[in-house]
Amino acid sequence: MPKLLEVNKLCASYGATQVLYDVDFDLEAGHITAILGANGAGKTTTLRALCQVVKTSGSIMFDGEQLVGKSTEAVVRMAVAHVPDGRGTFTGLSVEENLRLGAYSRGNKAEMAEDMERMFKRFPILKQRRHQQAGTLSGGEQQMLAISRALMLRPKLLLLDEPSFGLAPLIVAEIFRIMRSINQEDGVSMLLVEQNASLALDLADHAYLLETGRVALHGPSEVIKNDESVRRAYLGY
Amino acid sequence: MEGFLHQIFSGLANGVIYGSVALALVMIYQSTHHINFAQGEMATFSTFVAWTLMQHGMPYWGAFFLTLALSFVGALVIQRVVLRPLEKAPALNNVIVFIGLLLIFNACSGWFFDHTIKSFDSPFNDSWMFDTKYFSAHQFGSVFVLLLVLLALYLFFRFTSVGLAMRGAAQNPDSARLVGIRVSWMLALGWGLAAAIGAVAGMMIAPIVFLDPNMMLGILLYGFAAALLGGIDNPWGAVLGGFIVGVLENVLGAYVIGTELKLTVALVLIVVTLTLKPNGLFGKHVVTRV
Repeated sequence: MPKLLEVNKLCASYGATQVLYDVDFDLEAGHITAILGANGAGKTTTLRALCQVVKTSGSIMFDGEQLVGKSTEAVVRMAVAHVPDGRGTFTGLSVEENLRLGAYSRGNKAEMAEDMERMFKRFPILKQRRHQQAGTLSGGEQQMLAISRALMLRPKLLLLDEPSFGLAPLIVAEIFRIMRSINQEDGVSMLLVEQNASLALDLADHAYLLETGRVALHGPSEVIKNDESVRRAYLGY
Repeated sequence: MEGFLHQIFSGLANGVIYGSVALALVMIYQSTHHINFAQGEMATFSTFVAWTLMQHGMPYWGAFFLTLALSFVGALVIQRVVLRPLEKAPALNNVIVFIGLLLIFNACSGWFFDHTIKSFDSPFNDSWMFDTKYFSAHQFGSVFVLLLVLLALYLFFRFTSVGLAMRGAAQNPDSARLVGIRVSWMLALGWGLAAAIGAVAGMMIAPIVFLDPNMMLGILLYGFAAALLGGIDNPWGAVLGGFIVGVLENVLGAYVIGTELKLTVALVLIVVTLTLKPNGLFGKHVVTRV
């Protein structure tokens, strides 16, 4: 069966600085893949390349279509949702308006209302805060909002950039638990970028390890998690 | 006392016009963080278009709405053709283009419609029921039209998904792209709306000051003062700023500094606002937590 996402010889650069060099990876529908690596390895850039926010070359086949050369908006309209680093909240808009914007490109009002109720069920705190300015939410609440906003797109693929960043361990555990249930109940495939390797490996089916813009190694999460030498050399725990 | 009240009311009537110009400036500032110096000249040009339509026998409101539509489309095209290549350019490049547009529109108004001063009809004639001691029918009508424009804008931004998308694109263009908003088109829409608002301002002021290519030069300055005083990111503030500037200008002009120095009031207000309260009286304080 064809993969949902197949990336071949992906290169990406910011101006003259090349960040990714011939990165290959793939993702099966319904699975979670983690991209791990140190600071500056190119994890965030990989997600940005998928959304065509940075200059890219190579091939990104998603759901049978080539993403390289498309505009960011067009990629999003193919049901690729991105939870960017820093969460990308529309801080001046209310929680509800943030969610409405998440469904903007789908343009289906009835489904939007229905989805919003589902989000409020999944994250009850957002319902309490629905008319509050999003910038006044706590970090954890903003992360929940960012994930909900992405889910409003009814994505086939969800790109998550460090959902644990800057959050208390209890909140992180809660968010990862919800991500797992989103994957299992709604069948949303996920590409997860994380600094917190052990957490990511627990959630993901498959993991890729980036080192200075190249794939250093990859394999099923179980194998990587239990490989002592890999853990010492790359994951540092 | 009678005279003083008169000054206040005619100040309010002028303030409506300054408020409309300020509103147009705020529209573009909110989405692009630039001040369009050509806003006034674009409005003048729109007013000339309306005048031409009426000269060809079109009824007032027909010409009014057709002018709004033409201004909207015209500004959309200008944004797409002239400003889109500059989206990532530094602010100064944009400013230079705005000044270029100002000169082009000013010259074109004179070239196409010549420099003679023309009278421009008001849709609110003196037999209208609101013609009172303090307010002429036209002044009252202008206030009414501006309030309608404000209400329409409010409803548009608050309740339509395109309006919401425009706000999202203005606030956080990167995130807006990631939810599938065509940010660059939202900027073009902002330009179109601003030009339409400017056209309303032009058509409302023309019966008072008469139509000529330099009609808006002074008014744009008052518009700047109004927008800055009210808070450059707040549409309601811009309109309130317009009223304040209008009344101040009139009262100070009549009793303190004389009519010749009226324009100075606007310049002093700009300097004072920027020095003492750069956010303006009603500027938004966006709360962010990091």
